[in-house]
Amino acid sequence: MLSTFLAVLRRDLLLAWRGRADVLVTLAFFVIVVCLFPFGVGAEPNQLRAIAPGVLWVAALLACLLSLHRLFAQDYADGTLEQLLLSSEPAALWVTAKVLAFWLSTGLPVVAVAPGLALLLDLEQGALPVLVLSLALGTPILGLLGAVGAALTLGLRGGGMLLALLVLPLFVPVLIFGAGAVEAEMSGSGAAAHLLLLGGGLAGALALAPWACAAALRITTD
Amino acid sequence: MNAPERSRSLFRFAAPHNFYPLAGRLAPWFAAAALILTFAGLWLGFFVAPTDATQGQVYRVIFIHVPAAWMSMFIYLVMAFWSAVGLVMNTRLSFVMSQALAPTGAMFCFVALWTGALWGKPTWGAYWVWDARLTSQLLLLFLYFGFIALTRAIEDPRRADRAGAIIALVGAVNVPIIYFSVQWWNTLHQGASVSLTKAPSMATTMLAGMLVMAIAAWMYTIAVVLWRARSMILERERHTEWVGAVLEREAQLKGGRA
Repeated sequence: MLSTFLAVLRRDLLLAWRGRADVLVTLAFFVIVVCLFPFGVGAEPNQLRAIAPGVLWVAALLACLLSLHRLFAQDYADGTLEQLLLSSEPAALWVTAKVLAFWLSTGLPVVAVAPGLALLLDLEQGALPVLVLSLALGTPILGLLGAVGAALTLGLRGGGMLLALLVLPLFVPVLIFGAGAVEAEMSGSGAAAHLLLLGGGLAGALALAPWACAAALRITTD
Repeated sequence: MNAPERSRSLFRFAAPHNFYPLAGRLAPWFAAAALILTFAGLWLGFFVAPTDATQGQVYRVIFIHVPAAWMSMFIYLVMAFWSAVGLVMNTRLSFVMSQALAPTGAMFCFVALWTGALWGKPTWGAYWVWDARLTSQLLLLFLYFGFIALTRAIEDPRRADRAGAIIALVGAVNVPIIYFSVQWWNTLHQGASVSLTKAPSMATTMLAGMLVMAIAAWMYTIAVVLWRARSMILERERHTEWVGAVLEREAQLKGGRA
């Protein structure tokens, strides 16, 4: 069972590595969205510092949303997905592997770049570890929830907008606790409660989302 | 001996060709009840109930606002229930019911938000505040939109049914999480500046008017959903013999009257 998991993980990571351009585009999108905000709201440092956690989190969330369609689209188009579903391995297992590969190739780069962008918005340096931790705990939840939406909208016309409509309301709690953790750290009340809730959310999503996603994939390819 | 027979007779109506005439017979009664109760409730609310001591006449919007908000939340639960039944028991009618409920739920959600805004302007001085209840109601509206958009976007009805059922269930699991997270977010930000909880002592006529309107909203929902389910059944089963027979009979009745 572990070998299946590792095989799918390795394959998806290799594919992501061969198509590095897609990953870089996601990263560039994240950077540009964050850089747009000072133009929109003005470059006053105090204001930027106040909105920095929210801006970084919303940008990370949008970057994740825009790359979600890549999760299953190629496998669906070339028939790999059907072969995987036909195999005797439990679907929730390789779905988890695919989501993990997706997170490693799109979520992790965003997490790595975020502290640099935070300095651009003049975020306190003391809050940087909390920012990284909250993104590292929160973006996998976005990937897991998004995978269910991506599986349901697979191969539909206008699937991208539909996917956004489906998953954005579900992303709201993650956004609240993620951005809230950084704000709590900045205001001095401590981010432990927010980070624990994010961790709990990740554990819950990890337990439930792969099953829902596997069921959705079966319906889609039926 | 009696019990299994009765349960079988109820399950009989899970078949669309048995449900269709039953819904047609029941819907007008529910519609009539809705009409009478709406008039009674509005009369109670606008003419009998006393003016509120602190809020004046504005408070009377609750006779529409509160029943709409109740219905919008309850309908989502019923939708998720029918979706689960459909996935487990594999009955086509369950999916029809959940999809027939969605537009009415979204409508009540919108009415609750709209009347809330009209009430908020004179009372709080703003059409919208990011209060926990308002925000979670708004997100509920987005969940309805997502469900409706997904089921309409998929052309194959089998896939549309099941995909819609999954997203309804995922949404139902998330509704409490969204509600509590939004509540916490709000209290963290601005404290309990605005509370929607009313004064505990509510005149009996106010309460009566609100309850009558709530029952009217129930009756309206049942009537509309039955009618919508009927037309969805006709559309889906248009290739079957019984639909042909039903349409022919209805055409004859109309022809006879003309």
